[in-house]
Amino acid sequence: MAELLLELFSEEMPASMQVQASNDLKLLLINKLSATRLIFSRADSYVTPRRLTLAIDGLPSRQPNIREERRGPRVGASEKAINGFLTFSGVTLDQCERRNTNNGEFWFATIEKSGQITADLLPQIILSSIQEMPWSKSMRWGTNNFRWIRPLHHILAVFDGRVLKGTLDLGKTELTFTDRTRGHRFLAPNVRVVNSFKEYRTELLNSFVIIEREYRKDIILKDARYLCDSNGLILREDSELLEEVCGLVEWPVPLMGRIDPEFMSMPPEVLIASMRRHQKCFAVNKKNGTLADRFVMVSNMSSEITRNATIVAGNEKVLRARLSDAKFFWEKDRAINLLDRRKALREVQFYSKLGTMADKVERFAILAATTAPMVGANADKAYHAALLAKADLTTSMVNEFPDLQGIIGRYYALDAGEDLHIADAIAEHYYPRGPRDICPTSPISLALSIADKVDTLIGFFIINEIPTGSKDPFALRRTALGIIRIIIENGLRIKLLPLFAKARALIAIVDSVAETDKKLLRFLIDRLKGYLRKNRIPQDLITAVFDSGKEDDLVRLLTRVDVLRDFLSTKDGSKLLFGYRRVFNILRAEEKDYIRQCSASHFVLPELIDFSHLVQTEEINLYNALQTISTKIKVYLSNDDFINATAAAYLLIEPINAFFDRVKVNANDALLRNNRLSLLNAIRKVMDNIANFSLIKTSSSP
Amino acid sequence: MPSGNVESSVYRVNNHFQAIISMLQSYWASKGCIVLQPYDMEVGAGTLAPYTTLRSLNPNEIWRAVYVQPSRRPTDGRYGENPNRLQRYYQLQVILKPSPLDSQDLYLGSLSAIGLNPILHDIRFVEDDWENLTLGAWGLGWEVWCDGMEISQYTYFQQIGGIDCTPISLEVTYGLERIAMYLQGKDTIFNLDWNGIPTEEGGKTYGDIYKQAELEFSAYNFKYADIDQLLRRFVDCEFACLKLVEVNLPLPAYDQCLKAVHAFNLIDARGIISVNERQAYISRIRKLAKACCEKWVENSTA
Repeated sequence: MAELLLELFSEEMPASMQVQASNDLKLLLINKLSATRLIFSRADSYVTPRRLTLAIDGLPSRQPNIREERRGPRVGASEKAINGFLTFSGVTLDQCERRNTNNGEFWFATIEKSGQITADLLPQIILSSIQEMPWSKSMRWGTNNFRWIRPLHHILAVFDGRVLKGTLDLGKTELTFTDRTRGHRFLAPNVRVVNSFKEYRTELLNSFVIIEREYRKDIILKDARYLCDSNGLILREDSELLEEVCGLVEWPVPLMGRIDPEFMSMPPEVLIASMRRHQKCFAVNKKNGTLADRFVMVSNMSSEITRNATIVAGNEKVLRARLSDAKFFWEKDRAINLLDRRKALREVQFYSKLGTMADKVERFAILAATTAPMVGANADKAYHAALLAKADLTTSMVNEFPDLQGIIGRYYALDAGEDLHIADAIAEHYYPRGPRDICPTSPISLALSIADKVDTLIGFFIINEIPTGSKDPFALRRTALGIIRIIIENGLRIKLLPLFAKARALIAIVDSVAETDKKLLRFLIDRLKGYLRKNRIPQDLITAVFDSGKEDDLVRLLTRVDVLRDFLSTKDGSKLLFGYRRVFNILRAEEKDYIRQCSASHFVLPELIDFSHLVQTEEINLYNALQTISTKIKVYLSNDDFINATAAAYLLIEPINAFFDRVKVNANDALLRNNRLSLLNAIRKVMDNIANFSLIKTSSSP
Repeated sequence: MPSGNVESSVYRVNNHFQAIISMLQSYWASKGCIVLQPYDMEVGAGTLAPYTTLRSLNPNEIWRAVYVQPSRRPTDGRYGENPNRLQRYYQLQVILKPSPLDSQDLYLGSLSAIGLNPILHDIRFVEDDWENLTLGAWGLGWEVWCDGMEISQYTYFQQIGGIDCTPISLEVTYGLERIAMYLQGKDTIFNLDWNGIPTEEGGKTYGDIYKQAELEFSAYNFKYADIDQLLRRFVDCEFACLKLVEVNLPLPAYDQCLKAVHAFNLIDARGIISVNERQAYISRIRKLAKACCEKWVENSTA
């Protein structure tokens, strides 16, 4: 058993692409090994800014031999056919065997193929893996036409302690496989010769390179925490930043710097954004949870007092320049009243066919006022907050830190003396932006968040920019999910269709139609199903309840689904569902028949039941039960009492079963027959008020 | 685990502004670059000089050059009040075609030449891909950090004027003011020592030379640049550019393209262009740049 060590050494790869590249390379290589019948015991990949490394262990020194049996021509076939087979298979007739099959007697050849030497196979496997790397972005360099993420400098390829023989053609020049690598760019730049992964790892470790990402991350976290701890502070952990920083260093050394106190009066979000986005530094908290005037940078140079001091001083200086820019914006922005900034929103495009941000604000402020009473907010306050909500888009601060939209508006609103709920609503109206965001809960925020999102959704639906497949350029799915989360997590009772209609009326596009509202509602219901998947709520129940009267109150929809699910999980529930299906199947067969015979596009059975043509006791009983029960169901439903409505529906099961036991629907007398069909139809209609049971899949009932 | 040793011999070099320029120029000259003087047009960056754009496009020529390029960015004017931002500043531009395989070592050597010994700092190559919509150009590369500060842009050009570059050129741009501030330990550009001589002996700071210009040009850029004249100039240059391409004179045509770009930048600074108009101007300029580049390539391969 032998080991393959591969290192692709290049100029610095983008941090964001390293993990993907490392996985891609590994996958390409192990797939090719398998396709070549080279079995291995383990394959590990490593990545630093300058190297993609693979160690594959337990490889055989040759491919396994294979034995293949091949059927040739029929015994007695022409000499030409037999000779052809012998040449093709590389055997003589003596080595072949006659064998009887169901189709007669045939010649069979058994071919032994000895496996090739692994070291001869690997170079091609490596080269084709390199050539097939699926970079999302790649470049040429020098006079070559080969593409890689950044210029590729060497390919270290060692198998079983020896360099493999191979050469990558770059177009003009080439790279021949080697057993040499280099350490840290500055701390150990000289050539190192390695013959095994163990040697490679140790040599690099001695040359200031840690090849394991996780190990580098551990060091960053552990040392950064230690730095904070020894200053009585706490690191603000940031996994996204950690991933990025880990891709910028081969030898991580966290260092702590100071922030000038004069900047600490700015919002912590601004300081954090400055450190993190521009400088890739971690923010630090005091023990009480507020931001401390320190930060942690991660150097790529080994720790040495003088050098550390230079690096810290340099980083502090850069941060100071950044923060003084931010402070300049902070002061300049506040010189203009937030309300006055609305004029400038005319210069900010929302979407070409949907007007400017100023147009959007006008619409969604009215919509926020409409929504306010439904969520327990004051309409005037919601309206006022909405007018201010987008104003910060014209500030220098948001221009510099787009991620801080809303948050900056909140600070400027507080600064302008707006009340806290209004300021919070400005910050929170964008939320939740994704599944991990916290949902707002305060009434004004709810009104704004819903109104803003409804305006966006209905707008794009009107102009028919509806997501298809993987294309969702305006993130409408995420927006829809935002509305769903706000409504469900806050238990808000809102009828969406009237709200959509109002929003649509506010968008001055003539050819908008009510059908758009329904289309949007269905879009939302589809997102709702996805959202509820984690709660194990069967999707067919949502469809069944939604289909019953196009339920547009999501909270009520879910209550109904819950009641239905509970009911269906009981014996009574499955009995009723079974009864319903008997009714439904007869009716559907009848409708299909009619459609086929009369070439009609659809057919609805008559509803009118003629009492005088009900002749058997069981059908009269069913009719009477239906009268009482349907009234009860209606009353319960109008009070949102779904448990009793469902229980009432269950009372139909006895008369239904008795009916099916004794009464023949398919009577010879057409009048009787039609009347019985109408009776069944009436039952279906009454039950459809609870849910369209025909859409419930068998698996949903126990 | 090893301990990193730091070279103890810190050598002193002159770090005044003009010394930094001449040290970088002699360094790159010693690596085979021709030392050019600034291109005599108003441009927003060293990249726009034909020394870089057009020269990156000749298929077979070896081209290595270093030059300082005064760069004008009207919207960055701050009336001389911002310590870090100017509407006219200096870039030192190095162009190496084809890009050499040891380019990073060459570059790091240039840092040592101006007194930034990499072993004493934390130098990093951080992804920063470059794209210039008006030029129809893009490349991959990095911004180079020294102790967290961006000191250079480093780009392997892939396309210019919509044309694939073959061979690939490497462009390295040094932010001279920033590097000088770092080396001199100054917090504002205007306090940079220009020539290392005390004031009383006639020595000058950056501010002595350019502060007044920042003030006046900011006023010009934002308030007094004549909009009608600029709009006319844009159209005139656009017309002249296309005309010159037609008569097979890509170099003068490209000058007209640069003039149109600068007129556009000034119009932009006056804040009268809407988002959509902006797009339209950019695509008009791109058309000019593309026409010049195509003609230039056509001539150089003929």
